[in-house]
Amino acid sequence: MDQKRSTLDLFNTDLATELRLGLPGTTDDKPEIIKTASLSGNKRSSSEMGSSTCTDENQSRFSPPTKEQVVGWPPVRSYRKNILQAKKPESETGSGMYVKVSMDGAPYLRKLDLKVYKCYEELMEGLQEMFKCIIGLYSEREGYNGSQHVPTYEDKDGDWMLVGDVPWEMFISSCKRLRIMKSCEARGLSA
Amino acid sequence: MMLLQPSMDPNRKRAKSVDRVDSVDSGSESFESTRKCGFPDEVLERVLSLIDSHKDRSSVSLVCKDWYNAERWSRRDVFIGNCYSVSPEIVAARFPRVRSVTLKGKPRFSDFNLVPEDWGADVHPWLSVFSTAYPFLEELRLKRMAVTDESLEFLATNFHGFKALSLLSCDGFSTDGLKAIATHCKNLTELDIQENGIDDLGGHWLSCFPESLTSLEVLNFASLNSEVSFDALEKLVSRCKSLRVLKVNRNVSLDQLQKLLLHCPLLMELGTGTFMQELISGPVTEFKTMFSNCKNLVTLSGLWDATPLYLPVIYPACASLTFLNLSYATLRSDELANLLAHCKSLRRLWLLDTVGDKGLEAVGSCCPLLEELRVFPADPFDQEIFLGVTESGFVSVSHGCPKLRYVLYFCRQMTNAAVATIARNCPDFTHFRLCIMNPGQPDYLTKEPMDDAFGSVVKTCTKLQRLAISGLLTDRTFEYIGKYAKNLETLSVAFAGSSDLGMESVLKGCMKLRKLEIRDCPFGNAALLSGLTKYESMRSLWMSACNVTMNGCRALAKEKPRLNVEVMRDEEGSDDSQAHKVYVYRSVAGPRRDAPPFVLTL
Repeated sequence: MDQKRSTLDLFNTDLATELRLGLPGTTDDKPEIIKTASLSGNKRSSSEMGSSTCTDENQSRFSPPTKEQVVGWPPVRSYRKNILQAKKPESETGSGMYVKVSMDGAPYLRKLDLKVYKCYEELMEGLQEMFKCIIGLYSEREGYNGSQHVPTYEDKDGDWMLVGDVPWEMFISSCKRLRIMKSCEARGLSA
Repeated sequence: MMLLQPSMDPNRKRAKSVDRVDSVDSGSESFESTRKCGFPDEVLERVLSLIDSHKDRSSVSLVCKDWYNAERWSRRDVFIGNCYSVSPEIVAARFPRVRSVTLKGKPRFSDFNLVPEDWGADVHPWLSVFSTAYPFLEELRLKRMAVTDESLEFLATNFHGFKALSLLSCDGFSTDGLKAIATHCKNLTELDIQENGIDDLGGHWLSCFPESLTSLEVLNFASLNSEVSFDALEKLVSRCKSLRVLKVNRNVSLDQLQKLLLHCPLLMELGTGTFMQELISGPVTEFKTMFSNCKNLVTLSGLWDATPLYLPVIYPACASLTFLNLSYATLRSDELANLLAHCKSLRRLWLLDTVGDKGLEAVGSCCPLLEELRVFPADPFDQEIFLGVTESGFVSVSHGCPKLRYVLYFCRQMTNAAVATIARNCPDFTHFRLCIMNPGQPDYLTKEPMDDAFGSVVKTCTKLQRLAISGLLTDRTFEYIGKYAKNLETLSVAFAGSSDLGMESVLKGCMKLRKLEIRDCPFGNAALLSGLTKYESMRSLWMSACNVTMNGCRALAKEKPRLNVEVMRDEEGSDDSQAHKVYVYRSVAGPRRDAPPFVLTL
């Protein structure tokens, strides 16, 4: 427990649940997520699940008047330019990778662009924000034990898998749709 | 400062300097000494060998013939700021015992694609001459030079004591060239590969270091994309006991980095690989001690893909850091704030503008010793932009960091008032480079030109050596610069000014100006020619997309035969009389003999 506490201290985040009566996705407020205690040493810290927001807080989506690209302006070296291009999520330059997301108990489906996320933790944040739910900790051995909701996905073969088992790149190339199940129904999916 | 004319009456006032390397042919009896020096040559040489500064050495060499000779024999380190200002033969003739050469080639705007490929600055002619003149050459540092694999192989096989190679912003070579260096340079201490136009054919080059090589002190391959053999890298790092700088590339994972750090506890500068692991790998606790043994770490960079989960791993090393380069980590403000809380000793900080103004507030409150700040744009070319940083972030930093002397700041909005505040808070600026990314953009609150902003900088910051201006600017900016910026050496101008008067003011007023680079400004022949008497005291002048014509350039070339006036023809080749790209520089080597067809020397 001491080890866990000090790891969490490092992140200096304060997470708390917020109970609400509305349906998932019906309010604009950002939920806060609690740190759940881990039961085994293998479980990872829940702070990885949501200590920072997915979208940049300075993001303002206004479109300036389109202007031609001026050669060599702004004065950013080619090396840096190329690195930044590579870092950009493909959804900005090409088509997104939208998958349907359902949550047990929610009346309607949502659509999510997987290309926007770089890794599982960002995806979890996105899901939690979208559905105002708590997904909790993942571990290889026990899956999402201890959480109310468990994220699953349908892969290319039509099988329902637990989100997090395979490497990220493999996941986004094989994920057809997502479903956030209630943990009581998710038994049998963990490895 | 060097003499230009070979024969001069020593009583006459010496001409202003040319470049740092003397033009005088050392073989000829160039001038009479006015007084015979009392010291024996050996003593003089011994004393002079303690002088490192190039400027001081230049002054020393002008005292008298004996001092000139003693200086040239004791010179170990030659710096050539413009490879075309002098020839390798002249350098070799004057300085017989050089061990280290620094060469800069293309004009700086070539970094931004304004100079066509095959423009020149080939290093090979230099290497050819040096292979006979300096067979014991140990160090070569190249910036914006054209380098081929053949040249690298030539270097590796012809200089048997060769120790240190640094390549920055060079192009024309591939990782095969690095293979040659790794294979043949038995005494290599430094391999520093930074941001070059390199053809990355794979990571095999690293495996070419023989097992007998144990001398490496500096290894930087952060900018290479291909994966190297981790096994080879680990073995190399563990046998090079004096390694103090290690910058790996993105392919090196966190747990691999952890293993490497075990082998080099003396490390002073570290560039990490990717700073993120897949969800399913080991927990963070494994990496917590990774940095606790790095007692000597002062510089940290890399941190690719760093997320809040893993960033805390570096906290134990932060207290002693003086330089933190986060310009490849897309951190947000809170992530940065948490990190900086541990970095009280920072002197230099590079960031991406994803941190926002809030992140910069954290800089202001956490880093009182900060001297240098660079904020790069994460999305410089995107139409659908996110805000990045504004004037408010810059002001916050200036409040908390009064020792700031070097700033590079990319932003999308700025005000005159903010810059005035910043200058007041940080009067010690030596380098002020502000890039308002939308060309010709006014003060976004008052809609006025940004003249007063730069006016306040030059008035307040009397030590200013380098200035880059942007935004909507009239001739008034240049009048201010000419009037107040008496220590200015480098000026970069884009999309600014209203008439020739602008450029004229600068050329007339800035006594110490050495480098002037201008693009897309309404300066014409009158402006160009107003600097007639000035260009020989400067390293170079660049003007592109201005109003200068071929006739203006020809007039300049005719009046000043010791200047090389080069005009680059535009690819579209519309109007013959417009001189699209003009590059003027002093030279004692005469016009270039390797100019490509699109470069016309007038």
